[in-house]
Amino acid sequence: MAEPMLENDQPLLVADALGKSYGRIAACRDVSFALYPGEVLAIVGESGSGKSTLLQLLSGQLAASSGCVSYRMRDGVTRDLATLGEAERRFLFRTDWGYVHQDPAQGLRMAVSAGANVGERLMAVGWNHYGRIRDTASNWLERVEIDVARIDDAPRTYSGGMRQRLQIARNLVTEPRLVFMDEPTGGLDVSVQARLLDLLRNLVAELHLAVIIVTHDLAVARLLSHRVMVMKGGRVIETGLTDQVLDDPREPYTQLLVSSILPP
Amino acid sequence: MTAMIDVADAQKTFTMHLQGGVELPVVRGVTFHVNPGECVVLSGPSGAGKSSILKMIFGNYRCDGGRIGIRHRGALIDLASAEPRQILNVRRDTIGYVSQFLRAVPRVATVDVVAEPLIASGVARPEAQQRAGALLHRLNIPERLWQLPPATFSGGEQQRVNIARGFIPELPILLLDEPTASLDAANRAVVVELIAEKKHHGVAMVAIVHDDEIRHLIADRIVDVTSFAAAA
Amino acid sequence: MNAPAYNFAYLDEQTKRMIRRAILKAIAIPGYQVPFASREMPMPYGWGTGGVQVTAAILGPDDVLKVIDQGSDDTTNAISIRKFFAKTAGVATTTATENATVIQTRHRIPETALGPNQVLVYQVPIPEPLRFLEPRETETRRMHALAEYGLMHVKLYEDIARFGHIATAYAYPVKVNGRYVMDPSPTPKFDNPKMDNCPALQLFGAGREKRIYAIPPYTQVVSLDFEDHPFEPYRFNAPCALCGAENSYLDEIVTDDKGGRMFVCSDTDFCEERQTAGHHGSLSAAPYKEKAHG
Repeated sequence: MAEPMLENDQPLLVADALGKSYGRIAACRDVSFALYPGEVLAIVGESGSGKSTLLQLLSGQLAASSGCVSYRMRDGVTRDLATLGEAERRFLFRTDWGYVHQDPAQGLRMAVSAGANVGERLMAVGWNHYGRIRDTASNWLERVEIDVARIDDAPRTYSGGMRQRLQIARNLVTEPRLVFMDEPTGGLDVSVQARLLDLLRNLVAELHLAVIIVTHDLAVARLLSHRVMVMKGGRVIETGLTDQVLDDPREPYTQLLVSSILPP
Repeated sequence: MTAMIDVADAQKTFTMHLQGGVELPVVRGVTFHVNPGECVVLSGPSGAGKSSILKMIFGNYRCDGGRIGIRHRGALIDLASAEPRQILNVRRDTIGYVSQFLRAVPRVATVDVVAEPLIASGVARPEAQQRAGALLHRLNIPERLWQLPPATFSGGEQQRVNIARGFIPELPILLLDEPTASLDAANRAVVVELIAEKKHHGVAMVAIVHDDEIRHLIADRIVDVTSFAAAA
Repeated sequence: MNAPAYNFAYLDEQTKRMIRRAILKAIAIPGYQVPFASREMPMPYGWGTGGVQVTAAILGPDDVLKVIDQGSDDTTNAISIRKFFAKTAGVATTTATENATVIQTRHRIPETALGPNQVLVYQVPIPEPLRFLEPRETETRRMHALAEYGLMHVKLYEDIARFGHIATAYAYPVKVNGRYVMDPSPTPKFDNPKMDNCPALQLFGAGREKRIYAIPPYTQVVSLDFEDHPFEPYRFNAPCALCGAENSYLDEIVTDDKGGRMFVCSDTDFCEERQTAGHHGSLSAAPYKEKAHG
């Protein structure tokens, strides 16, 4: 087993006083944290709390008004995301990063077969052997519990849960080190959610993935994340170990969130 | 002998913002230590803060003052001021916790629920499953149940799965929150045996047990929590 | 013939200069689609308005023009365009490939090898090879700019997954000069190898889509493929029924309603030249003589 959390290892991603305002409205203010390899960070908060804006800032899809995000690239050099060229940023996005959308239709090519959906990232980085691409795609379909017999079917013929699992396979095929997830279980039935969460939990541990997951569902945060950041009004109001924040919440808003969960 | 756990003047207060900011003092001045191979039992009436102290030692509850010293990989770490990452390291390599209730993911087979901590610490899956099976067997969980998720089990069975999961990793510190609560006599005896083995291996333990007989069997020392009661 | 109502070759000189600038830029960046201000032409879109504008912009009084449609010199489209330039520019026209200096084509490259003094002008319906996989023009332009061509292989992957081989038979994507992926217009993939290292200048005009692109002479043009499914030019496995050619691209002609068919060269000039030179196929018992009376 790799050494997941050595005291002396380097952070993978560092946010430093990150902020985004639209005119006089601050969507996100003064967010700082460091994310380490293999660490799962949940960003929780209700709609409008700024968590989705933060995710876009962190993934370089939105330019920050203040502060910066730096990322340790595969070559070990830490770079400010704002200084990356578009080509570098897009390359990062299809190799070392993943992005799982809430709506799988946004993250998949719905009219293209499942195999090609998974294989696309490989072809984008120069894989040029059909047989190997297909074998790798089959392998990934198995890992996300999709019947390999469905490899040539387009995701529009898949159920919601299968689509989401396919989206995950499509993202993980290049073995990224960091995956962003935006409400990955939103819009799924409870039983389908449980299966997806279980799958994600195993993959994250097995692949030693760092994950930044945005969710309003505290149960998802508890199951998947090591750490949580609670956001309200664009600010991080409480942060800490997930079970600490959920079992011993300090801020009034966090206490409200926690007390609003229905007992299991 | 160097203590594995060294708690000094720890204190905990809950502030209930939803009840108009009521302050609910739980404990203060908590001071005790635990040596390797020693089992310290916390005693006191319900609500005295025994579970809270256990959770503070595990880093689950935040500590408002004082120090929670833990010997982790030969060095002393203060969990009251540690970074989340350090606490996770401590939990992975040093402190195990057997809670009152099993909190398991749906869909995962019992044998894997038990084997998981071993796999996480680097043991190969087949070996981890084999050791999990052996422990489940000792705790009288019939083999036909091993492949089922524990969610459907009876309370006693779930608790035994929970104990197996808590006892399987070889960690130097183990926290036990009512490990024998819903067990019958035969299984209580197994747990007492397991605790004795842990002691033999030098594991430092802190336990909460209400059963006087069990307490008598496992306790090397008793720390009375009432003296830490913080109620004004 | 003199037609004073028209400027030479129909287009006004300012428009020709604008198109020539686009052509020069296209030649400078092989395979890159250069936008241009496509004009209304006296023919509908789809009839070759892009090719006609390119031809009009490069045509000089001394040029000899050949126009083919699916390899043929005598279809409506080919004849109309040939007559259009004969009327508006007064240039000489020909059907013989080797005599032409400018060849405008729809869907074929002549069988006769082109030379350094020739220009081949393609009529292009849809210039964007990524269009059907990524409908957003903003996104496809970015993908070209960053040379992100994984998507192109997705299309080929889909072919193999569905049909067991790369079933794309025409408009088969190519990479030009190791940089831009380009749609060669709906030519059969049989013609793709002719584009590679070709001595003639190749210009592509898409009138409705307002794009011009080019392959300069002697430029590397590679058909995309997979290592384990290499590019293969396809042709019917038969000799031409009229001239007996074994290496030309063939059209399949249904001759009756009982399943009868014959395969003949799609390049009519090539086929006729061969027949004149004495080559014969299985059905070539002096057909022109019989037809002259029929």
